[in-house]
Amino acid sequence: MIPTRRTLLAALAAVGTLASLTACAGGSAASGAAGGTYAFWDPYPQFDAASAWGKRVSRCGTETGVTLKRTAYDTTDLGNKALLAAQQGNAPDVMLVDNPVVSTLVEAGILNKTSDLGLDTKSIQQNIIGAGAVDGAAYGVPIGANTLGLYYNKKVLSAAGVDPASVKDWSSLTAALQKVKSAGKKGITFSAIGTEEGSFQFLPWFWGAGGDLTELNSAKGVAALSLWKQWVDDGLAPKDVLQNTQTTSWQEFATGDYAFGENGTWQLGNADKAGFDYGVISIPAQNGGSAPVPTGGEFVTVPVQKDTARYDVTKKIVACLTSDANLLASDTTLTYVAPVAAVQAEQVKQNPKLKPWVAAVAAARGRTSGGLGTKYPTISQPLWTAVQAALSGGKSAQSALDTAQAGAQKG
Amino acid sequence: MTLARVDRPRRAAAAKAAALDALPLRRRRRRRSRLTALAFVAPLIAYLAAFYLYPLYRNLDLSLRDYTVRSFVSGDAPFTGWDNFRTVLDDPTFGPALRHTLVFTFVSIAFQYVVGLALAVFFNRHFRLAPTLRALFLIPWLLPLIVSASTWSWMFNSESGVVDYALHVVGVDPVGWLTSPDWALTSVIVANIWIGIPFNLVILYSGLQNVPAELYEAAALDGAGAWQQFRRITFPLLRPVSAITLLLGLVYTLKVFDLIWIMSKGGPGDASSTLATWSYRLGFGTLLPRFGPGAAVGNILILIALVFGLLYIRVQRRQEA
Repeated sequence: MIPTRRTLLAALAAVGTLASLTACAGGSAASGAAGGTYAFWDPYPQFDAASAWGKRVSRCGTETGVTLKRTAYDTTDLGNKALLAAQQGNAPDVMLVDNPVVSTLVEAGILNKTSDLGLDTKSIQQNIIGAGAVDGAAYGVPIGANTLGLYYNKKVLSAAGVDPASVKDWSSLTAALQKVKSAGKKGITFSAIGTEEGSFQFLPWFWGAGGDLTELNSAKGVAALSLWKQWVDDGLAPKDVLQNTQTTSWQEFATGDYAFGENGTWQLGNADKAGFDYGVISIPAQNGGSAPVPTGGEFVTVPVQKDTARYDVTKKIVACLTSDANLLASDTTLTYVAPVAAVQAEQVKQNPKLKPWVAAVAAARGRTSGGLGTKYPTISQPLWTAVQAALSGGKSAQSALDTAQAGAQKG
Repeated sequence: MTLARVDRPRRAAAAKAAALDALPLRRRRRRRSRLTALAFVAPLIAYLAAFYLYPLYRNLDLSLRDYTVRSFVSGDAPFTGWDNFRTVLDDPTFGPALRHTLVFTFVSIAFQYVVGLALAVFFNRHFRLAPTLRALFLIPWLLPLIVSASTWSWMFNSESGVVDYALHVVGVDPVGWLTSPDWALTSVIVANIWIGIPFNLVILYSGLQNVPAELYEAAALDGAGAWQQFRRITFPLLRPVSAITLLLGLVYTLKVFDLIWIMSKGGPGDASSTLATWSYRLGFGTLLPRFGPGAAVGNILILIALVFGLLYIRVQRRQEA
């Protein structure tokens, strides 16, 4: 008994020493960089430390004289991780979040106003920074913007005798889809999944009919949902849009069987790999013209810290990440549209295919804009549920949206 | 300790002589042994407290307070009693979610158990290749759930799924397995049954190993057929094993979340949402988390599992008595 206990004690002591040794080692490594370590979170797990994005982040740390420790989370996970970290008092110094999450984090009181930090946001397009503004104050700097458009397959359209330029409103689009269907090909694919993605994809049609998010069951909202429902019921869009994420919807379009695919700026890189000629038009509004599309893309935000002395360095890091030169490089990597006109012009010069997207982003609307803020999530969830209920044939468009409106009003 | 005393009877006399002195010593020794016992139990208690009691307490606390994102961070959410539970019970999603949970659980378990038992009896006949085939049946269990669930969801795809293709070959109209509100629940149940069969097979098969072979010989001599042997010997002797299989299956199935979430996200609409997926959706599925109601649904789920657990203990006691 006694010898064992002694061994145990010795072992414990040994482990303790080892632990403190490694702790010391960790400490000295951290203090190796002059200014200490700053934490940086982003929703791009697809980029590792060796990627262009990963290198750019660490270079911004080096330039400001600190070590920038980058952690990448899944985008749906990042908001909750941020809330938890803030609750534990260890929020990161800089955090890149999806724009509709900004208002939630502001509501939680964990983000600094950009004006309080003294960051310059004058050159940024109003509608893009508006997606991260609450009560008129911006709480982050957009790293770039993306939005939705209609990709079309040139071969399928010409085989069906459809001129893409003829698609100007909903009726001409539906007519085009019918022509494609009778030519033996498939019409259009999009994502109507029961998550935020489903609402994101539905909004251009909802807004294109003149719909108002505070009144989901208005005649205009019903018209938009009826359009989608009619497509699915008539076989112009596949039933599995109900399961499609934007990625699987893209994969369907990439099979080459579909005439149209509603998808985002970020698929441009994949479109070149798809192996067929494609074009992009803006999503038409009900009675012609371009429909307002929702803004996508992330914001560089600065979570509140106890130690306010850190903000000086943090500010430099943000300025570095959002400098024109870096925006150009980052947005090229992410296939985003830059939030600054000067950089957009440079992007279009490098890649003329971005031109329709720059126009679309200029007409885009923030989901949480218009004073909705944290009301948006309580509207979005009933909305995607209504889309699912109507498209699956469980309910009519009107009754699905009536239920949604009742749910949204309850909050 | 007792053994040592028996081994050394000569010392007993001396010990008796010193009995008066030994009394406080023995008490001291007893106290020390109690401390030692405590020290041995302490890691377990610490583990249980850290990983079971505290999360349970936190979950209860979450469900009894009005947590907004702001009060979640600042930690000053007001106590609201049963408000979250009332919100959840009044929600139009509650009825369907509860019904789906019960249908999902009981239909899954019934099929898993019956098929698992049939396969166990089948493999118990020790024919050639039986071990290989039995190992093959374990595959659903070995595959990561994300793989099997994604595969099922592809197979059930309404555009290019192999299931609809097979139906088409035999001349049946395609079914929107995961896209029709009438079929979505059925689809996730089918996938869950497939995943749960190996578990039932393994436990029931090992239970069968404990049924003495003589019983079957005796029954055969008395002229009992295969069905009678199963009904009068196999099934009654498997009863304790069956009970634990069913209970474990029940607890596992009640809380199935990942499979449904991967295959259908609880949709279309709410057509395949259960209490587990609903709880997740409330807590994490939207941009604005509602931790309170989410935790309340989770607690209701725990309560349901607890009721069945108690039921099991009661049945087991009656069997033993």
